[in-house]
Amino acid sequence: MSKFPFAFLDEQSKKEIRRAVLKGVAIPGYQVPFASREIPIGRGWGTGGLQITLALVGQNDVLKVIDQGSDESVNAENIKKLVQKTTGIETTIHTSEATLIQSRHRIPEVPLRSDQIMILQVPEPEPLRHVERSEFKTKQMHAEKEYSGAYLLLFEQIMRYGQTSEGADYPVYVHNRYVMNPSPIPRFDNPKIHQSDALVLFGAGREKKIYAVPPYTNVESLAFDDYPFEVEAFEGKACKATGLTNVFLDEFTDEETGETYYLCNDTSYMQEYLEQKRGI
Amino acid sequence: MGYVAVTGGKEAIEASLQHLSYERVKHGKWIDVETIKATMRGFLDQVMSESSLYSENLAALAMKQSEGNVEEAVFLLRAHRSTLPRLYYSTVTDPRDMFVHRRISASFKDIPGGQILGTSHDYLHRLLDFSLVDETEEEVLQKKADFEEVEVPEESSIPLEKLPKVMDYLRAEGLINEFPVNDEEPDDVTKLSLTFPSSRSERLQILTRGQTGGVVSLGYAGLRGYGSSHPNVGEVRVGLQPIHVQLDGDDEEYYIGSIKLTEVESFIPANVSENGKEVLEFDIGYGACFGQNETKAIAMSILDHALENPENTPIHDEEFVLLHVDTIESTGFISHLKLPHYVTFQSKLEQMRKIKKESEARK
Repeated sequence: MSKFPFAFLDEQSKKEIRRAVLKGVAIPGYQVPFASREIPIGRGWGTGGLQITLALVGQNDVLKVIDQGSDESVNAENIKKLVQKTTGIETTIHTSEATLIQSRHRIPEVPLRSDQIMILQVPEPEPLRHVERSEFKTKQMHAEKEYSGAYLLLFEQIMRYGQTSEGADYPVYVHNRYVMNPSPIPRFDNPKIHQSDALVLFGAGREKKIYAVPPYTNVESLAFDDYPFEVEAFEGKACKATGLTNVFLDEFTDEETGETYYLCNDTSYMQEYLEQKRGI
Repeated sequence: MGYVAVTGGKEAIEASLQHLSYERVKHGKWIDVETIKATMRGFLDQVMSESSLYSENLAALAMKQSEGNVEEAVFLLRAHRSTLPRLYYSTVTDPRDMFVHRRISASFKDIPGGQILGTSHDYLHRLLDFSLVDETEEEVLQKKADFEEVEVPEESSIPLEKLPKVMDYLRAEGLINEFPVNDEEPDDVTKLSLTFPSSRSERLQILTRGQTGGVVSLGYAGLRGYGSSHPNVGEVRVGLQPIHVQLDGDDEEYYIGSIKLTEVESFIPANVSENGKEVLEFDIGYGACFGQNETKAIAMSILDHALENPENTPIHDEEFVLLHVDTIESTGFISHLKLPHYVTFQSKLEQMRKIKKESEARK
């Protein structure tokens, strides 16, 4: 790979991405357009997050990559491999050791610190897209803080199902100004962005948008007074390996008994917890 | 629990990649990049156009590496593009300066400078040529020599540089709307992302690097009833277009080489009001792309015109057309569906179960 620059992208491109990041930090929740570069993994496979990672990474950074809670799923491994190959930096699975954490659809269970940056991959940055398909018009709606459509969507779900039916990617209000898609993290993770110690960045490569929630910003999930926001409830269920209940759980079926059981979705946290318990 | 599982992703990827490398060599045969470059003109032209990177060498390498998969070859080149610093923009180049290989008009029989059929598949009978199965080097060299020996008759040797444009002829007659030359710097869609309403320079860039199939399908839909831009092809020209750059603070332009270019100007009848009266004039739809990609360039000219004249059909809707013709974007997002979606699915599942339980409780 010696034919390619450090962190793959040419320096001018990296500078431009960093500028978009800075603008995003200055206007929390606002989607900053940027000229997304093509990178060697598929558009829609985390290229927005990866471009932010590549633009920010320095020689002393330690990178953690998660895909749907797992550090060792194929896509996480693949992204890590590309960054490592083009930068030579250290990677880790331990949340507390990482300076940059790129993730698809999960925020780690271990609380983040102010010296860490959380980078989330975003498939659809526009929270109003289901209300209005034209980008020109949604941009205007954001400018005018015209969010009745976003509420109407939830209202219709309540009328139909007696509750909201948004699964992951549940929209949030950022510091009482912009409505934002938090990327398809489960609702369980939404509260982690609120008043976070770490900077949270969002990259949408295909849709060419970068946005940010700086530390200590108010982030509220959209809701009504009489229909408050609810996270996924794993009532009466616990991780089979750790016994933990305050974590997001993956559902499995025992191939032999056909019985349903649960495990921590954040696999590195599960591993750390088990090692600590065993006193390793 | 399959391939994603908790561990083992790394090993699975490695094994998969080894299989992939093996596929390319498993028959013990190989093709060198020079041969690809010399014989796969159509592939190279399509790939260079879609990747918006003009390099026959790199396109041939990409073909070899991707085992002839267009989607992958374009992907390789686009990604490579992101590693290259962009030092200069070329100066304005005028296709009147093209060294023309081929140039036809479907609008006028007798065009100044003449129709030049050049190299084309248009009148080829698409019959499989089984003699190519066992073609020998000797035969290839013989065919080459046979063609090269043909003497060009004196009277048909017209100058191929500086051929006038068919459009100039209509313009002289006042049948084409006159517009002042627009000397604004074009917006660069690879440096600044597209915003709406888009500028024409942005539209043309997105279309020219669009996926051939995508651009052609949308252009076709426009013709068939989802648009009102039914063109007459005024001129298709294919040839070598000289490219120059100018250094900062330097008056002189430097020639850096020529690229093969297809250019299309379509004439589309339009109502124009003149002194309060409706008259019929021709609008222009413009298409141009790297290499010889005539169908794509014509489709592009339809879409260019359609987007200049917004209407309530998808083909005239800039967001619909421009946000969906890029091969990297469409193939990337479609293929991402293969990624695990366990968390998002679990989140939805939990909600569905809850809704179901509550609705049953209400019964």
